Amino acid sequence: MRFTKDHEWVDLVGDTATIGITAYAAEQLGDVVFVELPEAGKTVHAGDQMAVVESVKAASDVFAPISGEVTAANPELGDTPQTVNDQPEGAGWFVKVRVADPEEVAALMDRAAYEAYLATL
Amino acid sequence: MTGETLKTTPLASSHAALGAKTTAFGGYDMPVQYPAGILKEHLWTRAHAGLFDVSHMGPAFLKLSQTSGDPDTDHRAVAALIEPLVCGDIRGLKPGQLRYTLLLNAVGGIVDDLMVGRPAEPERQGELYVVVNAGTKDNDFAIISDAIGSAAGLQRADDGALVAVQGPEAAAVVAELIPGATDLGFMTFASLSFDGETLTVSRSGYTGEDGFEILCPARLAERLWTRLLADPRAAPVGLGARDSLRLEAGLPLYGHDADDTTSPVEAGLAFAISKRRLKALDFPGAARMAGELHGDLTRVRVGLKVLEGAPAREGAPILGPDSGTLGLEDQPIGKVTSGGFSPSLSAPIAMGYVPPALAEPGAELAVQVRGRAQRAQVVELPFVPHRYFRKPKEA
Repeated sequence: MRFTKDHEWVDLVGDTATIGITAYAAEQLGDVVFVELPEAGKTVHAGDQMAVVESVKAASDVFAPISGEVTAANPELGDTPQTVNDQPEGAGWFVKVRVADPEEVAALMDRAAYEAYLATL
Repeated sequence: MTGETLKTTPLASSHAALGAKTTAFGGYDMPVQYPAGILKEHLWTRAHAGLFDVSHMGPAFLKLSQTSGDPDTDHRAVAALIEPLVCGDIRGLKPGQLRYTLLLNAVGGIVDDLMVGRPAEPERQGELYVVVNAGTKDNDFAIISDAIGSAAGLQRADDGALVAVQGPEAAAVVAELIPGATDLGFMTFASLSFDGETLTVSRSGYTGEDGFEILCPARLAERLWTRLLADPRAAPVGLGARDSLRLEAGLPLYGHDADDTTSPVEAGLAFAISKRRLKALDFPGAARMAGELHGDLTRVRVGLKVLEGAPAREGAPILGPDSGTLGLEDQPIGKVTSGGFSPSLSAPIAMGYVPPALAEPGAELAVQVRGRAQRAQVVELPFVPHRYFRKPKEA
């Protein structure tokens, strides 16, 4: 699993990356009450606004950590958005993306680097 | 965060010890949530008793400089000083009664919403208890001071703590700590003792629930807070849940759902206009209000249940009927002034302004969120029924 400074995680298997937000991000957001995800087939570019996650209090943008084509959006989050809080780095995944360039994933932080980054916040 | 120094309340160290996340609000560093989180704090308040630090607000006492000694004469005299600024019946307050009213500008725009109370004690007639909003208090107090001149003095009490206890178990929580508090009916207040000290306690709040707001000197604040919190039915609740609770209760947030461009009638607050004073047209903008009450109105505040999609938050355009199918070419008919997710209803809700013809409950409208039209329906306010404690009228 790889991580971004925007607190997303990327898990690459073959050419498909599963993307979600980290436990730290979920904790900061508080109770998630709504998640807006891109539809399958949409092309995203690293750094683009890709999804929106809403808590009781506010809406927050989630940016695409890598580029590629969305192949699936987590159907569970429509009815049970709190899964993002319960299992942020598992069942609370946001999208699966067929990656354009695996090197983009490799360039992200590994867990040790991400944890070191969190320690500076 | 701006360079401005935020004020803190007398309970700041308690909030830190409880692990509160804080935010700037009304010039103060205030707890927005505790570790339980907004959702749980909200639902706890609806089921049990939420404890809120609202010391950022502006309590004050207005006192006649010279009293005659006759209680009714003195009350009428102090009421006559404040009535020219507000649309409410201050003269008609009974001893111990508290009233929600509106401070108006020359054209009847709302400068603030506030509470004005008449003390119960015969020896305190000619005095009023006033509580205004945090962000507006300096301006409000300046307006009041100007109006009263030397006829009365305005003594601010916002150096103390104001603690709200709200929820169906609020009465049980305060019953033993503050004897006499549970004898109060909704919208009354009294001076009551706690540990041998005097507090100003009102049965009022901003959640739609039964509850109390307790004005307490700073030196007692920690003690009162700690004792209240020791009750297992009480839990601390931050401003995040305070906002979602008042939204469900359909209560306006000044500066958002009402401001100096909106009139009490537009804001759905016509209940706060005194009938006597409307007849006499003796408050600012009274003629305008009379016209608006007779239908000369272009917009009115309504409640909206968002039937699909994301919460529609402040600023979201409100679209007319059929916008969901017609697309977004239509001009917005209004704007959301407060909106979010309702924890009690598990659905997004909002308040906003629309033309009166589209303001009837049941009207099918739409709200625009991130470029998409989502179906929404006008509903009666409040979204969640009020559960105030009203004492039966004495025979």
